[in-house]
Amino acid sequence: MPRVTIDDLKRIREEARQTITSRAGVGRARVTVHMGTCGIAAGAREVMAALLREIETRHVVDVLVTTSSCAGLCSHEPMVTVEIVGQPPVKYVDLTPEKMATVLERHVLGGLVVAEFALARGSETTA
Amino acid sequence: MAYRTHCLICAGTGCVSSRSYELSKALEAELATRGLADEVQVVRTGCQGFCAEGPIVIVQPDGVLYHTVKQGDVPMLVAEHLLKGRPYKKLMYTPPKEQAPVPALKDIPFFAKQKLLVLRNRGLIDPEQIDDYIAADGYDALAKALTEMTPESIIAEIKRSGLRGRGGGGFPAGIKWETCRRAGQHRGVEPVVICNADEGDPGAFMDRSIIECDPHAVIEGMTIGARAIGAQEGFVYVRQEYPLARARLQKAIEQCREYGLLGRDILGTGVTFDIKIVQGAGAFVCGESTALMASLEGKVGEPRAKYIHTVEFGYHDRPSNLNNVETWANVPLIIRRGAEWFASMGTGDVSENPWGGSTGTKVFSLSGAVNNTGLIEVPMGITLREIVFEIGGGIPKNRKFKAVQTGGPSGGFLPESCLDLPVDFDSLSDAGTMMGSGGMVVADERQCMVDAARFFIDFLTEESCGKCVPCREGLRRSMDILSDITQGRGRPQDVDVLTEIGDVMQDCCLCALGTSAPYPVLSTIRYFRDEYDAHIIHKVCPAGSCKELIEYVIDPATCDGCHACVNACSVDALTGKVKELHKLDQAKCIKCGACVEACTRDAILTRPRHAEPEFAVVRSAR
Repeated sequence: MPRVTIDDLKRIREEARQTITSRAGVGRARVTVHMGTCGIAAGAREVMAALLREIETRHVVDVLVTTSSCAGLCSHEPMVTVEIVGQPPVKYVDLTPEKMATVLERHVLGGLVVAEFALARGSETTA
Repeated sequence: MAYRTHCLICAGTGCVSSRSYELSKALEAELATRGLADEVQVVRTGCQGFCAEGPIVIVQPDGVLYHTVKQGDVPMLVAEHLLKGRPYKKLMYTPPKEQAPVPALKDIPFFAKQKLLVLRNRGLIDPEQIDDYIAADGYDALAKALTEMTPESIIAEIKRSGLRGRGGGGFPAGIKWETCRRAGQHRGVEPVVICNADEGDPGAFMDRSIIECDPHAVIEGMTIGARAIGAQEGFVYVRQEYPLARARLQKAIEQCREYGLLGRDILGTGVTFDIKIVQGAGAFVCGESTALMASLEGKVGEPRAKYIHTVEFGYHDRPSNLNNVETWANVPLIIRRGAEWFASMGTGDVSENPWGGSTGTKVFSLSGAVNNTGLIEVPMGITLREIVFEIGGGIPKNRKFKAVQTGGPSGGFLPESCLDLPVDFDSLSDAGTMMGSGGMVVADERQCMVDAARFFIDFLTEESCGKCVPCREGLRRSMDILSDITQGRGRPQDVDVLTEIGDVMQDCCLCALGTSAPYPVLSTIRYFRDEYDAHIIHKVCPAGSCKELIEYVIDPATCDGCHACVNACSVDALTGKVKELHKLDQAKCIKCGACVEACTRDAILTRPRHAEPEFAVVRSAR
């Protein structure tokens, strides 16, 4: 790469924001894809891939993506849990890559729960 | 596709020695096999500081820390955590005194009490990628300094921040910069800036780790400093023993030249500055400013008298501004976030005068008798107790704390009564030691304080350049006296003679190596006088460690005749039949301690060799 200008520095910083947010572990929202054996068999990997692709194309910089094990409701996999800081988590069930894109757009970015895909508001308490 | 998860593998010297490069390759291969290579990124970061537990792997954004990860653990780690999202308990860290492993980095006491400024990027970026540094707001301060600030306003900002030299002296950086700039203007000679990375203290690795984890921060700091002072040429004097740090710094400099962040017309602002790395040959005295500059010029690394300051006449008689690695690495943060923000951390009030307090943080390498040895960064003003017992996790095997040495080999020892002192430049120097560059060695009850002083005086005797008499002769005589004391030949007047030698050295030596060298002796006399008296008057080493003053005995009540000691002894001093009480021949025993290590029952005791009966305390040798 040739000599950089101050604008180039800003551009590099902007492009890498998602990486830095994710490595620092602090974001505005967290999407957890349930990746148990049942989830993977039902297509959780494809859902995850779709989610990451959407995050890339939309230049989303403040959303963390994590995985967790089976949520216990194996018949409704693939499932994800969306947690926006300061709001109760929402679980989505029977997802497909297309539905995942919709959830990202309307809930994670838009702030409105996509009621037709949602299982319930809230999450089990863990002690 | 964006990466969802980042595996941050520590690639500091400690973890590299524990095969972290091989580990990262194995991890990348396993991720590829599992089809996760596009989702999970493996990043080799700088030292995480948790060196005793390496190799360290941190998984983000989950914030889970894994320790002593072996290549064989990789398949399970990938399958469990990275694929299925189940943090893998087997590799999690269990702090001393805890029962269950602690998964999250932020909950481990070693990390929780730290405050990262200089080491802010240690778990965030790959030090070999300039884009990573830029992404973490790197070179933002440089852009600000070159376009929005004048040299005078940069200096004013550094002065107001209260930043004091992290190399040991604690001289306010802003005042040094200002003096150097004025000297350059006054004499019409272009100044140079120099970074001191000749970290010679045994057991100290702050500067090495800073360069290894964030070389660009040092470059950015130096470039801002050069702009403020009016220099176009910079040097980093780095010791030969730091190959990894040197390689990373060299790579970073080349990346900067390619990006136009070093060289002519930096960021299109017309400013010129470049940095050259100069390798030292590992002489301790070359960390001293005048000796370092002599060495830079290609001369013998010896200090000179400093009635003429190096900021006026230094390297080739040019005004020379020397700061330590950690000082330079603080500069970009101060410029980017402001002097007030920096001054809000620490002790004292620096709003009118940078001498008024100690601001910001300090990096220490914590070693010796603590559970968590490693590299830590703490706010100025934290107490020694918090460092030793909370971050350091206390003393292993529930032994008793005895002393902590701050400031490297020529630093003083502080006893338990000083543990609540705030760690800052002025409190430490009032207590008879110094901040130094940040070595911190903890000693437990097994450590003889006279022998500790002797050990460091031995090191300093070796490293004294021999140019000035008080240092050359003072250290040798101190060494002779201390050796006599530890070997049972101490004389009643010895303590007074040691004190007198120390006082003369503090007054008369040419450089800081000599003036600080008596600290280990003077501080142990001040706080552990009873140990000196025990050695000299009663010929007893209270810690039971001075070989000439003790002998080992076998406890007949405990020895079960397992024969382990007989097998371990290299001089056939131990004899005995299996399952019968063993015997130790004092005439043959060389007190190497091999039998003490080998004994399965803790049956080998130590007792004073020459003492009158009332001082003949018998205790476990372990």
